[in-house]
Amino acid sequence: MAEKKVYSKLGEMLAKGEFILTGELEPEKTCDLSHTIQEAKEMAPYVVAANVTDSPLGIVTINSLAASHIIQKEANIEVIWQLTVRDVNKLGIAGMIMGGHALGLRNILSLTGDHPNMGDMPESKPVFDLDSATLCMLVREMVDKGTINGYEIESPPKFHVGAAANPNSNPMEAEVLKVGRKVEAGCEFIQTQVAYDLEKTIEFLTAINKYNVPVLLGIFPMKSYAMAKGFDTFVPGVDVPKDVLAKWKSIKNDYKTDKAKQKKIYDQANYEFFKPFITELKNKDLLGGVHCMAVHYPRIFPKLIEVIKG
Amino acid sequence: MIVTTKKDFEEIEDALKRYNNIILIYCGTCSVTAQCSDEKSVNEMLEHLKNAGKNVVYHQEFKEPCDFRQDLQDWRNVPQEALDKVDAFLILSCGAGLQAMLDLFDRKNIVKPIFIGLNTHGIAETERIGRFHVKCAGCGDCLLNYTGGICPVTSCAKGLMNGPCGGQLDGKCEVGNYEKDCGWILIYERLKKIGRLDLFKQLRPAFNWTDRGHQKSVVFR
Repeated sequence: MAEKKVYSKLGEMLAKGEFILTGELEPEKTCDLSHTIQEAKEMAPYVVAANVTDSPLGIVTINSLAASHIIQKEANIEVIWQLTVRDVNKLGIAGMIMGGHALGLRNILSLTGDHPNMGDMPESKPVFDLDSATLCMLVREMVDKGTINGYEIESPPKFHVGAAANPNSNPMEAEVLKVGRKVEAGCEFIQTQVAYDLEKTIEFLTAINKYNVPVLLGIFPMKSYAMAKGFDTFVPGVDVPKDVLAKWKSIKNDYKTDKAKQKKIYDQANYEFFKPFITELKNKDLLGGVHCMAVHYPRIFPKLIEVIKG
Repeated sequence: MIVTTKKDFEEIEDALKRYNNIILIYCGTCSVTAQCSDEKSVNEMLEHLKNAGKNVVYHQEFKEPCDFRQDLQDWRNVPQEALDKVDAFLILSCGAGLQAMLDLFDRKNIVKPIFIGLNTHGIAETERIGRFHVKCAGCGDCLLNYTGGICPVTSCAKGLMNGPCGGQLDGKCEVGNYEKDCGWILIYERLKKIGRLDLFKQLRPAFNWTDRGHQKSVVFR
């Protein structure tokens, strides 16, 4: 078998089979990325790379290609450019992929994207010319063959491409088989939706293990009780365990007057919840790493890296 | 059938505001089933037009306005005196019906505007009168052999070739607050039921728009 080509630090770590940590950055409806860059700088020492989101929930934000480039350059962090197929057709996306390479990006997370109907511009045309699997196919053709639709690219792009999967999905088999299609399409790594249910996650990861693709488990450390409650209420299909919610509520109430102490206790509680969860999956050899999706919570990374290294 | 619904009369009135003498034409086929050009709907439209101060000089059913050949026959019944008076036509039909009438107008040297009174939604199954489900997008490259007979273009909100996406929850779609079925879970369940999950495992290429993204005629002789 030919040696796998490496275009980024993420690609290198995945090829080596290192257990890695990635983070997530969510640029907002703004042209000024200074807050996101600051967050990226705080996260940078601990993560191999960080995702930059592409108008999640169909809510318009600064374009993820521009944001990815600026964040990577300004914060000295490697970026995983989230690219959805929601807004641009195949022709446009092929052009963006070359543009992304020219701007220094080397990792793509291929996503379908939330339907415009969900967001703040519901009248916008839903494009979906590609889907998350066929976007992987396009990236692989451009990178591995140096062509688009068979036409030669003078100087082809270099990218690693990953995709998403949902361990909470019901029926699970449909999601498992879809992961199979994504891997066949050339997806090189999977980042999962947030998981809290260990038993279900083990079942899902075991089922997709046959595809032999590194899986980064999506986790969402909760910065506060409000965050935990909000996540539980508003993220469809993801339930924060009741005992976790109860514990976070008690932290909120017990340390009302000492916010500094409260922060430390929250951080410790996250550590105590996620350490055994991740360790068990790691010990079962079901994971290639962890993807932390908790945005605006960069102080948790030193704790998380202890779990990863441990 | 082609499913249609009635436009708000305000929109029709706005389109007709420069014109007084109107000929009303209505479809005798699909739009009748959709209860948009049945007797009650036609009478309702005549009443609206009268209340809006319009003079309906003539009205007639065209059996199938989308069929040019049928239009040639039906046109014979339109009296010349109505044509002498008319300022504009209004048609209760699908979009194809109106546009076939334009070809008829060209043939008959009619240089008058024609406006539409209905909105066209697509090729639909009739569950019962009042419940129509758009099932076919008329792609020109039917995928039903790969998907257990369920169309991913019309049943998936994103028209994905490789679903389901992350927006499905317990078989329901994120679009419309999880009230409608996820088309790709329906496809999965159907293929599982008929023992053809091998088809669900197949990676499908992106849809080929070469012949779809522009004007299209089917001409075979």
